[in-house]
Amino acid sequence: MAITFEHVSYTYQAGTPMATSAVTDVSFSVPDHSYLAIIGHTGSGKSTLIQQLNALLKPTSGQITVDNFTITPKTTNAALKPLRQHVGMVFQFPESQLFEETVRQDIAFGPRNFGMGETDAFKLADAMLQTVGLDSSYAERSPFELSGGQMRRVAIAGVLAMRPQVLVLDEPTAGLDPQGRQEMMGLFERLHREQGLSIVLVTHQMEDVAQYAEQVAVMRAGKLVKFGTPHAIFSDADWLQENQLDMPRAAQFAQRLANRGLTWDPLPLTAEQLADQLAARWPQGGDAHV
Amino acid sequence: MSNFIFGRYLPLDSVVHHLDPRNKLMLSFCYIVLVFMANNPVSYLVIIAFTVGAILASKISLGFFLKGIRPLLWLIVFTVVLQLLFSPAGGHVYFHWAFINITQFGLINSVYIFIRFLLIIMMSTLLTLSTQPLDIATGLASLMKPLRWVKVPVDTLAMMLSIALRFVPTLMDEANKIMNAQRARGVDFGEGGLLKQAKSLIPLMVPLFMSAFNRAEDLSTAMEARGYQDSEHRSQYRILTWQRRDTVTWIIFVVVLAAILVTRRW
Repeated sequence: MAITFEHVSYTYQAGTPMATSAVTDVSFSVPDHSYLAIIGHTGSGKSTLIQQLNALLKPTSGQITVDNFTITPKTTNAALKPLRQHVGMVFQFPESQLFEETVRQDIAFGPRNFGMGETDAFKLADAMLQTVGLDSSYAERSPFELSGGQMRRVAIAGVLAMRPQVLVLDEPTAGLDPQGRQEMMGLFERLHREQGLSIVLVTHQMEDVAQYAEQVAVMRAGKLVKFGTPHAIFSDADWLQENQLDMPRAAQFAQRLANRGLTWDPLPLTAEQLADQLAARWPQGGDAHV
Repeated sequence: MSNFIFGRYLPLDSVVHHLDPRNKLMLSFCYIVLVFMANNPVSYLVIIAFTVGAILASKISLGFFLKGIRPLLWLIVFTVVLQLLFSPAGGHVYFHWAFINITQFGLINSVYIFIRFLLIIMMSTLLTLSTQPLDIATGLASLMKPLRWVKVPVDTLAMMLSIALRFVPTLMDEANKIMNAQRARGVDFGEGGLLKQAKSLIPLMVPLFMSAFNRAEDLSTAMEARGYQDSEHRSQYRILTWQRRDTVTWIIFVVVLAAILVTRRW
């Protein structure tokens, strides 16, 4: 039980006339080293939910467990530092957090806050720069003279440099071009597979959900309305339509074929799965007619 | 930061909320004159009754006003103590040491000062709690119109004011986001010694200034792209209209003024 939510609710400005409930009675649990995607419309409570994972927001009621850490409404700020190091958080448009004079210093900022010495932190920073796909010539440059996509990589390197065990990503590919998006998602997938990082991804890209996620949580109006594997979520076309959620494009295509009489087992969600199932249907070199 | 009530707007549906912002600004100003006209217990009772009446009419709970006073508490205490210790001699002397005199005169004066402070803060809190910042800006601009005759660029000032007010919540949001991002990287805001606290502001202020400048540039481009020109005579989207309830407030005000004029002679 790596991440567990138990009856978690969060109310903004509790106790004033402006009090608004953002998350209501959310309970779920994902195992260690899992890849969780959280989907739902803007304002459905996704961002509020994930900010509770490192206690930037403490739940108004309920309890959250992340590995060995427990977060309750009464958690004190003193207990938070190890938790914040354990749960790395990449916010929307993380490039807005850059402030240091050089890229190296900025990446080393996190580790240094958690007590690492300067030489070690700089060494780590250079390694992280490599991890996010920038060569060492960037280390001495000012983060403000980089392009938007490079700035985002630097910001993500700054979070990775804290050596978190859980990586929370809030729409990490928003505003990137298709190639940048793919490289970024590939990076997270590698970190998940090779280093065993748990990943929590908030996204609107259903293709990414289908391709990478192991578990999916669907939020609507502050409530968790569905929780399961991508297959369980995307195979119910009517329910998706009711909740105004898109299917991945490959699944949409497969669904349209299904409406014309093809049967799938299971419904393909990604282009690869679709291609595999289609290829298996026709014997090699055959010219079958359906 | 969320405890800071002074300067915040509380959306409710009350007579006070629906008053013309120009009217509210003028009333608040005249009210301050009124507060300084009161000079004895009875006249203070009159003005306290008026203030409480205004607060009740706004449907805003009294707790909000008390919260609004808290950040200014030290200023009040300081002024009251100054008044108490260094008043000119008069009436019975309770305590005397070197140049410090606590006299009957000083005591009464400091109580009055305390009440004045309280009343003025209450009323200006009522103004900001019941009026949207943009409405205050529009109201101010409208009241400043006569200054055009002496070549004051009133429209430009009004535009600057409303842009500034418009971006306060945006920058607050931005600051909040950046603070969260830096907290997630292990910064403790507002903890440790003074030097450490000041240092922890750098990771907040640098990105905040960057984003503010970027935003300003975007905004000016967007405005120019839509043909904004400084010198042009501009019409307004928000038109302020004087209504019957605004006139009624002035009738009440005149009654209170008369009551004070009568009672201050007692």
